[in-house]
Amino acid sequence: MYNRIMVPVDLAHVDALERSLQVAGDLARHYQAEVCYVSVTANTPGTVARTPAEYEQKLAGFAQEQGQRHGRPASSRVFISHDPVADLDDILVQAVGEVGADLIVMGTHLPRRLDAIMPSNGGKVATHTNVSVFLVRPEHA
Amino acid sequence: MDKTPQNETPTDVNEVGEGVPAPEGAASLIDTDYVIGQDNITPSPLGINLDIHGKVFAISALVIVFFVVLTLALQAEVEPIFNAIRGWLTSNLAWFFLLAGNVFVLLCVGLIFSPLGRVRIGGTEATPDFSYLGWFSMLFAAGMGIGLMFYGVSEPMSHFGAALGGTSMENGVRTDWAPLGAAADDVAAATSLGMAATIFHWGLHPWAIYAVVALALALFSFNKGLPLTVRSIFYPLLGERVWGWPGHVIDMLAVFATLFGLATSLGLGASQAAAGLSHLFGVPDGNITMVLLILGITAVAIISIMAGVDRGVRRLSEINMVLAFLLLLFVVVVGPTLMILTGFFQNLWSYAVNLPALSMPFGREDANFSQGWTAFYWAWWISWSPFVGMFIARVSRGRTVREFLIAVLLVPSLVSVLWMTAFGGTAIDQFVGAGFEGVRDAALELQLFVMLGELPLTAITSFIGIVLVVVFFITSSDSGSLVIDTITAGGKVDAPKPQRVFWAIIEGVIAIALLLGGGLIALQAMAVSTGLPFTLVLLVGCYAIIKGLISEPRD
Repeated sequence: MYNRIMVPVDLAHVDALERSLQVAGDLARHYQAEVCYVSVTANTPGTVARTPAEYEQKLAGFAQEQGQRHGRPASSRVFISHDPVADLDDILVQAVGEVGADLIVMGTHLPRRLDAIMPSNGGKVATHTNVSVFLVRPEHA
Repeated sequence: MDKTPQNETPTDVNEVGEGVPAPEGAASLIDTDYVIGQDNITPSPLGINLDIHGKVFAISALVIVFFVVLTLALQAEVEPIFNAIRGWLTSNLAWFFLLAGNVFVLLCVGLIFSPLGRVRIGGTEATPDFSYLGWFSMLFAAGMGIGLMFYGVSEPMSHFGAALGGTSMENGVRTDWAPLGAAADDVAAATSLGMAATIFHWGLHPWAIYAVVALALALFSFNKGLPLTVRSIFYPLLGERVWGWPGHVIDMLAVFATLFGLATSLGLGASQAAAGLSHLFGVPDGNITMVLLILGITAVAIISIMAGVDRGVRRLSEINMVLAFLLLLFVVVVGPTLMILTGFFQNLWSYAVNLPALSMPFGREDANFSQGWTAFYWAWWISWSPFVGMFIARVSRGRTVREFLIAVLLVPSLVSVLWMTAFGGTAIDQFVGAGFEGVRDAALELQLFVMLGELPLTAITSFIGIVLVVVFFITSSDSGSLVIDTITAGGKVDAPKPQRVFWAIIEGVIAIALLLGGGLIALQAMAVSTGLPFTLVLLVGCYAIIKGLISEPRD
């Protein structure tokens, strides 16, 4: 049913991603799909990497590791932005087409009051794309 | 200058940080074990996640609150103190500000022609993030858009009037405010000298100040891989110590200067926009109008911050650029067209001829002018430089150093010349040609509108003038909040959005508090005083730029 699953990841918060990574791996095995891990990162030096090229290297390594763990082919893609916090949703929506994904699996937080003025990234991506979106909420939902 | 990259340092491209790859194409990264954000804390008050540099954020916030409370509570006591500090700095250290300003200009012009100009910001293969139009609009909107609106008419008039009045002596000291030797009763010479003096304050020197900070930050962030924060400039001097207290203090000073510079400008700007509105539409020129203006400006700035650099600041800056261009075109076409067009070249020439004398740091006889105007301006531009420089740095990746300096130094200087010629020249022409004394006699904040009042379509052009002022403030508040947030987040540009909103609100709150409680001028004097420590930061920046560029590969 699905051939390519896109999983947005932020290497600075990998621990918070564990559930969505697991879900993505399980679905990939179930549908015999491949997984593409995508990141949006700043062009300025950051916590994970001091250059965009270093980030790409680290994400490629991360994808490989995930691929081995779940036994499915994995790839990675880094999008560089000069304002990643503001542009994240737009870039992810655009990434769906560029990656050729037909399913997005991404982590999100619980709905909260602040969402009225600052909607969650997962929610915004889901409203702006045609492909299926699986929003993975934290455990104690 | 030696053309080969220096390979004897451990910062060779291939051995850095156990294989940190260069950004895009070759660049010479600095090897450090510091992890950006390692000193950050991530509290979640009210369910809002934050990511801030604990010490810089907390101490800056406390110092800011302390100064605001102090200014509000002890206004009568602190105002003379702050003013005395500023007065002492601009009179006793005028030579230092002027000398430093010349160093910055010479460095920038020198770099344009040196082989170091071929270094590309962000690595040899980096591509620009913004188009020329978007980039240039943002440079201008952040740098001096607002000032050109207010001083475009009034400053040429002031210098022209002072020069025409000639010199006056009392006890062997010049008491007039005329630049250089003045030009008593000679209208042509006074015009020429007045324009040269104005262009001097809005030309190469201020833009060189911005360019030095911006280039140093861009180089050490995009090419050397250090965090985008002011302390990184000091790495060549202090080494790993920049991650400790010396660095904290530098960053806090930058936050302090930026926030107070912005808040006081926002307060003063609101009072000026309110004056314009009441002049035009008879809106009551009171506290309520000003508070509403600040609230409105802050609200739009927050929306723009949430939309991000690309959809927020860039778009607003482009709109403003178009509006400003239309207003300029209108004044050129409807005003004394021929005088403005020939005046452009005459003023440029007059600027060039008078530049050596105007920028001379020693043995000045026009103390009032060189200390009260020039040194004050230099201190003010320098205290703004961490804010404007950091914003320019952030949007300039992918340009070569030469391209960067031409765009940040030469092009804006020429635009300033044209702007001052059109607006100031028209006002002087109204005074000289038509004997209209309205502009000269009007209050400072109304001079632009009085000048436009003598041209057709007054209501429309004045309204555009007010819109320009307001939008320039929005872009300043917006880009200022981005800069403060990045500094207080230890150089992270991807900290959570609510932090940016927080700083924009703080700016507005301080502006309103000081506007109602008094003390705007006092706090502005304090902000200007940060110009002195920052002059030292900039001089270190010059050293860092040269040292940093020499180790970079060139196109």
